[in-house]
Amino acid sequence: MAKRAAPEVNAGSMADIAFLLLIFFLVTTTIETDSGINRKLPPMEESEEDVVIKQKNIFTVLLNGKDQLLVEDEIMELKDLRLAAKEFLDNGGDKSCSYCKGAKDPASSDNPDKAIISLANNRETTYKTYISVQNELVAAYNELRDARAQALYNMPFTQMEADYKDVNWPGNKEKLKEKIDKIKADYPQKLSEVQE
Amino acid sequence: MPAVNTASLPDIVFMLLFFFMVATVMRQNTLMIENNLPFADQVEKLDKKDLVMYIYAGKPSENYKQYGSSAKIQLNDKFADVKEIASFIAAERASKREELVPYLTTALKVDSDANMGLIGDIKQELRKVNALKINYTTKKGSVLGNN
Repeated sequence: MAKRAAPEVNAGSMADIAFLLLIFFLVTTTIETDSGINRKLPPMEESEEDVVIKQKNIFTVLLNGKDQLLVEDEIMELKDLRLAAKEFLDNGGDKSCSYCKGAKDPASSDNPDKAIISLANNRETTYKTYISVQNELVAAYNELRDARAQALYNMPFTQMEADYKDVNWPGNKEKLKEKIDKIKADYPQKLSEVQE
Repeated sequence: MPAVNTASLPDIVFMLLFFFMVATVMRQNTLMIENNLPFADQVEKLDKKDLVMYIYAGKPSENYKQYGSSAKIQLNDKFADVKEIASFIAAERASKREELVPYLTTALKVDSDANMGLIGDIKQELRKVNALKINYTTKKGSVLGNN
């Protein structure tokens, strides 16, 4: 039987086909954003008892309809908010807080455990400003927690949380959880929100 | 001048093609609104994709101008009223296995220029149906990029 070579397939147009597919995927690709600021809403049932909170333990942040920021009755720029919040939270006015590095000003918050940040916004406030403010306040907490974790366990708090979430992390998760809870108890996130 | 050898061109193109094929996530919802998310840097990742309910809000995009220019809510593939959020959450919960329901998170994908009034209404509705875990979906970046 005569052996015939199989005719070669012309692959010249392969690049064209691949390009076509490539362009299709390029156009349809949207790299999905799947990260953001996690918050927990307060439950609906209203507590009956009125909790008395000292005025000095409340850090009021007001956002008006023109996206202006009023912090403790003073107009403030967004970039100064983080530091102001940190100073308030870390103040330790009644000297019961052994780890606070703040000014110990008796006119400011007593203890990080008692300090509450109250964020009020208007219906006209734009979302991006609100998110910026949220972000700065969360950042203030995170920085304080980072510093505390660094002092106690020689590791930033954000790293500890990332390790805790990581399934492949080899260490003891229960111990890590304890440490995370300790830091969270030292600087509890107390953020209350109102809308006018 | 000798012709440049283009034999490896298909290989290169295929490589790129595979990258984009793998990286592509087909959108579940066709967006009818502008959805330019704000920036934030204190972000956490949403880990379980299937345990997330998405609520979109923003002003109707170019093709849907007839719906007005103020921010609207989009649930699944259509515009919705604030009151429809409760039934949307109930439907989402019903479609998940019962033991997973407490872990459901609501992701709010809201346009930067939307007003907080709308978001406040959404949050109030979510509180009513006891869907308390929320996530403000943002792009990663400095907040100073918001303005």
